[in-house]
Amino acid sequence: MKIQVVILCLSWIVTFSQDNLSGTIKYKENNKIIPVAGANLYWENISKGTVSDEQGGFALERDVVSNVLIISHLGFKTDTLIVNSNERLDHFLIPDNEDELEEVTLIQRRKSLQKSFIEVQNIIKVSSAELLKAACCNLSESFETNPAIDVNFSDALTGTKQIKMLGLSSPYLLISEENIPMVRGASQAYGLTFTPGTWIESIQISKGAGSVTHGFESIAGEINTELTKPLTDVPFFLNLFGSGNGRFELNSHFNRKLSDRLHLGLYLHGNQRKEKFDRNKDGFLDQPLAQQFNIMNRWQYIFPEKGWVSFLSWRWMNDQKLGGTVNFEPHLDSGKTINWGSEIKTNRFDASFKLGYVFPKLPYQSFGFQSAYSNHDQDSYYGLRIYDINHKSFYTNILFNSIIGNTLNKFKSGINFSHDEYDEQVNNFNYLRTDQNVGAFFEFLHDNNENFSWIGGIRIDVHNRLGTFVTPRFHFKYLPLEKFVIRLSTGSGRKSANIFAENQTLFATNRKINITGSGGQIYGLRPEKAWNYGLSLSKSFDIGSDDLTVSADYYITDFVDQVVVDWEKSEEISFYNLTGNSSAKSFQFEVDFTHNQWNFRTAYKNYDVKLDYKSGSLRKPLQARNRFFANVGFESNLTAKDQQWRWDLTYHLVGTQRLVETTRDKANSYSPNYSLWNSQLTRVFSETFELYLGGENIGDYRQTNPIIGGENPFGPDFDASQVYAPVFGNMIYAGLRFKIKS
Amino acid sequence: MKKLFLILMLLPLGIHAQEKSKKNVKTEFTVVGNCDACQKRIEKAALSVKGVKMVNWDIPSNVITIIYDQRKVHLDSIHKSISAIGHDTEKSFSSLAVYDALPLCCQYIRKE
Repeated sequence: MKIQVVILCLSWIVTFSQDNLSGTIKYKENNKIIPVAGANLYWENISKGTVSDEQGGFALERDVVSNVLIISHLGFKTDTLIVNSNERLDHFLIPDNEDELEEVTLIQRRKSLQKSFIEVQNIIKVSSAELLKAACCNLSESFETNPAIDVNFSDALTGTKQIKMLGLSSPYLLISEENIPMVRGASQAYGLTFTPGTWIESIQISKGAGSVTHGFESIAGEINTELTKPLTDVPFFLNLFGSGNGRFELNSHFNRKLSDRLHLGLYLHGNQRKEKFDRNKDGFLDQPLAQQFNIMNRWQYIFPEKGWVSFLSWRWMNDQKLGGTVNFEPHLDSGKTINWGSEIKTNRFDASFKLGYVFPKLPYQSFGFQSAYSNHDQDSYYGLRIYDINHKSFYTNILFNSIIGNTLNKFKSGINFSHDEYDEQVNNFNYLRTDQNVGAFFEFLHDNNENFSWIGGIRIDVHNRLGTFVTPRFHFKYLPLEKFVIRLSTGSGRKSANIFAENQTLFATNRKINITGSGGQIYGLRPEKAWNYGLSLSKSFDIGSDDLTVSADYYITDFVDQVVVDWEKSEEISFYNLTGNSSAKSFQFEVDFTHNQWNFRTAYKNYDVKLDYKSGSLRKPLQARNRFFANVGFESNLTAKDQQWRWDLTYHLVGTQRLVETTRDKANSYSPNYSLWNSQLTRVFSETFELYLGGENIGDYRQTNPIIGGENPFGPDFDASQVYAPVFGNMIYAGLRFKIKS
Repeated sequence: MKKLFLILMLLPLGIHAQEKSKKNVKTEFTVVGNCDACQKRIEKAALSVKGVKMVNWDIPSNVITIIYDQRKVHLDSIHKSISAIGHDTEKSFSSLAVYDALPLCCQYIRKE
């Protein structure tokens, strides 16, 4: 347990009248003060002690030997106080509610990016402090300072960033929000931009085979986002942001405590970009005009004495993007071949309910229920191409956690159900599809409480299109030495390929769409299936007060079946099931060093992603083989007035990427290497107010001719999807954060 | 969902041991020890007793919290199992030989 030493110099005035120390033990939660019952209080080195009562009150006889009072309670940081008087002591404990590193420090500095030594899986935890390092603004932009995830550019029109892990794009990841699958189906292309950055409390990234409890869909890994919660968020928060590319944002949170048990949160987000930019003078907007309005309302109910927790949330979002040539006027030009333009309008509604119960007498036993509904409606056109999708989804999940024998053997078991209705309009074709799935899962965790633990999970699913199938997943963790972790994982995953939603960039081309059916039930295609194998090593060294962590991992994703997206023939895009081999191999080497207020993080990544196309075995296009990443961060010590400077600098070196043959690029040509620099400076003026200033792509690296055939956008050569580098160039931004703390 | 449970578990739950349910009895007593290594040793020793379901030993207070099945195990055998690896409890004491074999950081100061 982490020991936070709080040295309380109570007055030296000694009162001889009594030899009893009395007071109360409490803790603060938002703006309320709650008594802590059952806290242990005792003098150091002496067994004499007491326990606080229901109201948190205590009375303890003074001791002649020791004046060091230790206050502890499970779930709180243990405090050590030096008590030199008999004055009434009202002490606040600090909840200790995160997995922790073994550290004894006077000033706790939690790393904003943590590699867990506790979890069996290779999980990277990203805290809100790390998220603040990114320029802004939404989930898709939250990974810039994280070496586990690569951020790419999806096309030259929408300005959307696409993420990749282990060399595979986001459809192969299970992206969930508070463990409810979120970015899937219709929201694959833009879904990550629909979660505003300030709403994110933390992100957990799990590489490789995931957990069977979350479904069968994860192939390369899982990303789970925890949103801010009314109970723990500040009563009022305001963030304003403006950038040199004409984007403005407003984020605001309101949280109210309605009663001891019920908390309400209201979260608003709006963003807008109205200014037109064409810096590369190709006649096309470098980034689309855009606006988004997003609102979320959460109700959180807690009844800890009885063991109940519940959430009720809903959100609504409207997002509009307008891209294309600078002269494009949607009301005049849409549907005509004068000026090329594109509009993407999305409306999305989400609602979810969660209920959790921990058996008060058996803290290791709990059950959870969650249910979610979403309706995603996108209407869009790209030139003369039309793509509309409506996706209604219902998901529900029941989970039970308990032990077998003792807490060294835990299990999770449950069932989930999902129902998805897709209605797609692709030019003149209408695709209707309903997917239905029922699955049951069981996951066993053994921990020898010393150096070895493993998880074995299995699930059985009955799916109307994928059939009945079994998904096994295993994780092993071994610590041969202190702070040296070896992890192994393996497991399978499957998914239906939503070829249009996942590859929406194809509409930003005039390529002819070919689907070669193979008797499957999803656009005539069979579902995708892959096995993932992973090995990761991590060793931490304490060098004085400095901390050095060196890690390496290697993952192989081996596809048994895959829907191949074939861009190799110019003027065509083809979808067909894999015949032959397809695999993605990824290696990562990472060094993380912390020295006082400085943190240095660097990573080298190598990807070998190859698949058998109809035209032969090739590396996946637009996938850098080598990437290098470095980040330096500085955080000054907090002053007595809670003032602080924070600075960080991030460097990305992106290696050459294979380009497909087009009128711009010759066959077997490669993009050049390039470097990106980002930096941000934050000044915290007080607990309530901070300003930040930053620059993205400071070196101003730009792809020279991102749009192929732009001079004749209605011709067969037109292709805005072959983008390997930023289109826009450097961008400066500034913002403020204002919060009222309780 | 995990997080959700975590919040719950960390809030003070029922503090009084309930005697009525024999299947899940909660008990607390003192076990002497000093450090992280002791914690692992003590918790492992207690968990190795069949019928012990959950163990939490707090370093600063030296108090062990145990949930066990009264139908399967007697509290005394839990005490004995812990003292057998060198850590004295309220009811059971280690032999000198076992105590001497403790890892260095676990060589607590013996009373008497």
